[in-house]
Amino acid sequence: MDAVRILPDDCRTLIAAAFERETSPAGRKALEYILKNISIAENSMLPLCQDCGLFYAFVELGRDSSIRPAAIERAVNEAALNAAQKAFYRKSCVNDPVYDRINTGTDLPVIFDWQLRDGKGASVSFLLKGFGSENCSSVRMIRPTDGEDGVVAAVLDIVRAAGGKPCPPMFLGIGIGATMDKASVLSKKALVRPADRPNSDQRYAALEKRILDEVNSLGIGPGGLGGINTCLAAAVEYLPTHIAGLPVAVSINCWADRKAFIEIEEGQL
Amino acid sequence: MITLKLPFEEKAIQSVRAGDEVILEGKLLVGRDQVHKKLYEAIMRAEQLPVDISRQAVYYMGPSPAPEGCVIGSCGPTTSARMDPYSPLLMEHGLRVMIGKGPRSREVAEAVKKYRGLYLQAYGGCGALYASCVTSSRLIAYPELGPEALLELQVHDFPAVCLIDCLPD
Repeated sequence: MDAVRILPDDCRTLIAAAFERETSPAGRKALEYILKNISIAENSMLPLCQDCGLFYAFVELGRDSSIRPAAIERAVNEAALNAAQKAFYRKSCVNDPVYDRINTGTDLPVIFDWQLRDGKGASVSFLLKGFGSENCSSVRMIRPTDGEDGVVAAVLDIVRAAGGKPCPPMFLGIGIGATMDKASVLSKKALVRPADRPNSDQRYAALEKRILDEVNSLGIGPGGLGGINTCLAAAVEYLPTHIAGLPVAVSINCWADRKAFIEIEEGQL
Repeated sequence: MITLKLPFEEKAIQSVRAGDEVILEGKLLVGRDQVHKKLYEAIMRAEQLPVDISRQAVYYMGPSPAPEGCVIGSCGPTTSARMDPYSPLLMEHGLRVMIGKGPRSREVAEAVKKYRGLYLQAYGGCGALYASCVTSSRLIAYPELGPEALLELQVHDFPAVCLIDCLPD
């Protein structure tokens, strides 16, 4: 319920560091207002941003767990409904994308991703996905021979096209491999990983660092007003893929990477 | 830093330059995607608009619900580019100042210069900050649009930065 109002510490630390580092006066001003906004939201009942996003829930269920998936689904839906009502969310979800576009009035349905993992228990990671930045997210199907340089070029191309629109400085979730759709889900999942925890594979951790540096050299800056802080963190997740392909999906998130994490123990639901 | 009182005087608008920090004081109309589509369609059908947009400023925004004791909920800017197809026609019918976030199309930039208006950027994502700048909020039209309805706000100490001024390129 607090995720819409209180920014996780990992994000806040990165924004404060960006403010210290920023050299462009207009960019510094934007970061100053962002920090002021974070403080106002924390000390009021006001959401950080009027776009409280769509609910995205990543469920990981232990293969040895006796927790029923339907019980998790019900608990997640109830938690989302409760948060949307009690934490003054703007209701941003419409029932039909093309024709009716009638507001569901609840911010539901939740978008679910289900995955099995070893062991007992379960966990749910929530992402509140705003759409100013989501409209700038994209996927590229590059050649299997394009390698690391091709991945970086695809990301830079997508970020360059986004420019100042997604409320930079941004968080980048990058999903690589599998199929077009699965790479996109991975790119969302990358956004709920703690921003200060690099990929456990050294090569992918280095790729994250390279993407962060090259995106920051684009000069888009805070609020798109120019500066050295365009990206706060880049997180890469990857999966095996086909011999003929190399899908690269990029989910762009604004500076407010609103997320929450819950562990569910056996017998708790 | 320039303070711009709304409704504005011609001279005040024409002295603002791209890159200037601007503090807004006074009246703003509020409308985003669906309001723009409706106003555009009403103009095309030569119908009367539900609000006089002549010499007005519009803020691209859809607020969250107001918590108890607040005039409005979070109310930061939304992405301006989605309003690009509609803005030149609205400017032709009198609109002069637009406040949102992010870049505009060439057509909008040309309209700002032709009609001697302004495009200002508010600080993206700063919804709680902007809520503290609103002293009153009133529904004007299209209540069926919920958070996207057409509103009128009174604002105080509302920070923005000018991205497009009225000078020719």
